[in-house]
Amino acid sequence: MAARRAAGPAMAVGLSALAFALLDASGQAFWQGLVINLLIFIILTVSLNLTSGFTGVFSLGQIGFMALGAYASAILTLPLREKAAFLPDLPSWLAGVHLDWSVGPLPVGFLVATLIAGGLVSVIAWPVGRVLMRLSGHFVAVATLGFLVIVRVILFNADGFTRGSRTFSNVTQYTNLWWAGLWALVVVYVVWRIKRSTYGREMLAQREDRVAAQAIGIRVMEPRLLAFVVGAFFAGVAGSLYAHFITSFSPTVFYFDLTFRVITMLVVGGMGSVSGSIVGAVAIVALGEALRRVEDATLLYGLSSIVLAAMFLVVITVRRGGLLGEREIPLDRLFLRRDRTADQSP
Amino acid sequence: MIEYVVQQVVNALAAGSLYALMAVGLAMVFGILRLINFAHGDLMMIAAYVAAFGLGAGLALELTIPLMVGGTVLVGLLMERVAYRPIRGAPDVATLLSSFAVGQILQNGTLLTTRLAGQPTLIAFPAPAGLGGVAAVGPITVPLVNIVSFVAGIVLLGMLTVFVTRTNLGLSMRAAAEDLSAAQLMGIKVNRVVATAFAIGSALAATAGLLFAVQAGQINPYIGFTPVLKAFIAAVIGGFGSIAGAVLGGYILGALEVFVTAVAGIGDILPPGSVSPEVRAFLQQWLPSALASYRDAIVFLFLILVLLVRPQGILGQRDRGDSL
Amino acid sequence: MLELTGVEIRYGNIRAVRDVSLTVGQGELITLIGSNGAGKTTTLRSISGLLRASAGRIMFEGEDITRAPTDRIVAMGISHCPEGRRIFGSLTVGENLRLGAVTRADRRAVAKDLGEVLEIFPVLEQRLGQAGGTLSGGEQQMLAIGRALMSRPRLLLLDEPSLGLAPLMVERIFATIAELKRQGLTILLVEQNVHHALDVADRAYVMETGRMSLEGPAHVLRRDPRVEQAYLGGGEVRA
Repeated sequence: MAARRAAGPAMAVGLSALAFALLDASGQAFWQGLVINLLIFIILTVSLNLTSGFTGVFSLGQIGFMALGAYASAILTLPLREKAAFLPDLPSWLAGVHLDWSVGPLPVGFLVATLIAGGLVSVIAWPVGRVLMRLSGHFVAVATLGFLVIVRVILFNADGFTRGSRTFSNVTQYTNLWWAGLWALVVVYVVWRIKRSTYGREMLAQREDRVAAQAIGIRVMEPRLLAFVVGAFFAGVAGSLYAHFITSFSPTVFYFDLTFRVITMLVVGGMGSVSGSIVGAVAIVALGEALRRVEDATLLYGLSSIVLAAMFLVVITVRRGGLLGEREIPLDRLFLRRDRTADQSP
Repeated sequence: MIEYVVQQVVNALAAGSLYALMAVGLAMVFGILRLINFAHGDLMMIAAYVAAFGLGAGLALELTIPLMVGGTVLVGLLMERVAYRPIRGAPDVATLLSSFAVGQILQNGTLLTTRLAGQPTLIAFPAPAGLGGVAAVGPITVPLVNIVSFVAGIVLLGMLTVFVTRTNLGLSMRAAAEDLSAAQLMGIKVNRVVATAFAIGSALAATAGLLFAVQAGQINPYIGFTPVLKAFIAAVIGGFGSIAGAVLGGYILGALEVFVTAVAGIGDILPPGSVSPEVRAFLQQWLPSALASYRDAIVFLFLILVLLVRPQGILGQRDRGDSL
Repeated sequence: MLELTGVEIRYGNIRAVRDVSLTVGQGELITLIGSNGAGKTTTLRSISGLLRASAGRIMFEGEDITRAPTDRIVAMGISHCPEGRRIFGSLTVGENLRLGAVTRADRRAVAKDLGEVLEIFPVLEQRLGQAGGTLSGGEQQMLAIGRALMSRPRLLLLDEPSLGLAPLMVERIFATIAELKRQGLTILLVEQNVHHALDVADRAYVMETGRMSLEGPAHVLRRDPRVEQAYLGGGEVRA
């Protein structure tokens, strides 16, 4: 039974791996880049779903955590010569750090830098979450937006670490299909497990009615905080992957447009559904790419954002739960006998 | 020294007026619909573009202003009708996110329009006669637009006060903001009150947009973002949903910002001999001029603090359920 | 004057009220009684259009108002004085009263009606400039009724006017209700204070868990053993 349940997801992972291998071998740099981009968006959307979709505590600070993760890991993996040239004011304990170890072909240093970035972001997220998760409704949204602004101001001003408004460049391009795919798998698995756990059920319960949930003894703060910190960890990971994929960036990248893009993926897919986030990310990345080509061909820049925003409004108005609502694509039932499937559908 | 202080006070009042003009619009809409309309900042941006277009085409300021206000009000009403009315009563977060989408549409629509008109993204704002230049009283010089901002703020907010206390429509608006379903039982037409709030908010945002553009000297499609965040902070400080609170919050925020900018680097500005060297060194260490560039971060920290300590703001009352 | 037939109201999937029918004739004082959560307030809200009936019909003076918006219903002459008073606390007493007549254009008639309301509730006259939120509970109830009268209604819906008031104030409110009826106003009164309600009413309806369970002349229902046991027995009346 358990084996049959695992068969569906295993097949999905296997097929994805096969697709990655084919894509990797094809040498199609453009399509590889698009898929890596998509995988990073999946990580961001699924983790935002944990933070906000499950709990209903809408955080607009996710991209702030991503930015911190990107800078933290990029500083750690930046070669020493570049570090001396670009970041001369770095404190001495950081100036000599270069995480470039590798085991065989595997850049372990990058993995460590990514984990440190995620960990650092979680450590920051904990007190921030402790303070902000007490708020609710739009106030938490605006307070976390305030966090995003604060991060941006700090990134612009902490010249010694970030080069301020100048581009942070020469980051080694470690991120490839496999790294992005692996982390996407991890985040999907972790968030899916959390959804199925007691914590996950508490998150969804207090989302509907906080007071009623509290009245029947459901914890509110702990699940919210857990969601916030774990979500931040993966946002930091996404930042690290992004930094080592794009190789040069500045604080302006990590701001409102990106925030809104991820929110669109989340809402279109369905707040509360892990598979919905994946569907949403795929749909918006594909649509965004198609629209970008239209923009390039017609020179009507701005068109893609308008179309995406209009689509977002239509989804919110007509189908607020998004494509999937809270439901999941029943991959685990793929190989169960037919009659059982029929039993379980309402 | 005294000139410095006077100049800073005028700056604070000018900034406060702009924030108050913006915050009032946010607060009126929030009061009635519990909607934080983040696209409110983009109304300000639209106004700046209409004004730039009018002034650039050689229209006089007296003709440009009605055109600008009319255009902005139209956009404001349209946004309410098309985007917000269909989702009235939806959860807080859904409406907030919708307002982000509306903002994206307005920003990129403006971007697209400027491109089609063959203009660059960043355009210089043609300073109209009568708003540019500086006013000098003795040794004190202040940009004229700052004085105009302050005066315009006071006059418009005064007119608004008369409207909401003396007219039936204004009274209906206050009633709807306090208790929407009880207001409905008075026979008040909700759509009409909401449209009025959007129209007035748009007109005030348009004024703020013009003054902001004159101060900045240049405009782009994204200039509305920071002001709307600031206006939101102002509204929260004062007590969200209350018009008087929004005005008060606007001036407090203006003062706070100017204060942060003014005390940053104070150790370097103080005239020689006015303080002991130790005090000066202390000030230079703890209030360095670099602090000024952290102004927005400090302001947002202040917001988070207010939200935590007194979520209902200075003048606000605790939210009570609105269901009848 | 008012006629509900087979009205059903849902909150999402829950049917709060089902198959409710009642009539209110010109000049009558009808009371709708029943325990907490029986659906009395829900029924009133559907009459004034704050809630939409999912089935059934509501007629007022021969016109179908089942789907009419609240502002039209108010304009037609139905005034709803809601449960919990719901006065505008940050507005002055005078402004609250003005809001009651906000849809009326004839300023002179409004001024005259204001005088009449202040005659009924003289205490409000001294408080005209005071914020509504600073009034005592009883004064707030008077303001709420006064405000509802300012629209010059032909039918007044009163929801729990005695709730949370001191016994003396309850007497005053019911005396006022009786006086309004004597002046010819048609009233539909929702009350948990069954004793008083049956004292002033002509006819009564009893609701239980979303349905009508009894109806009849008030003096008959007073002695109905089912009413006595459920609402009047053992002095367990909520005042």
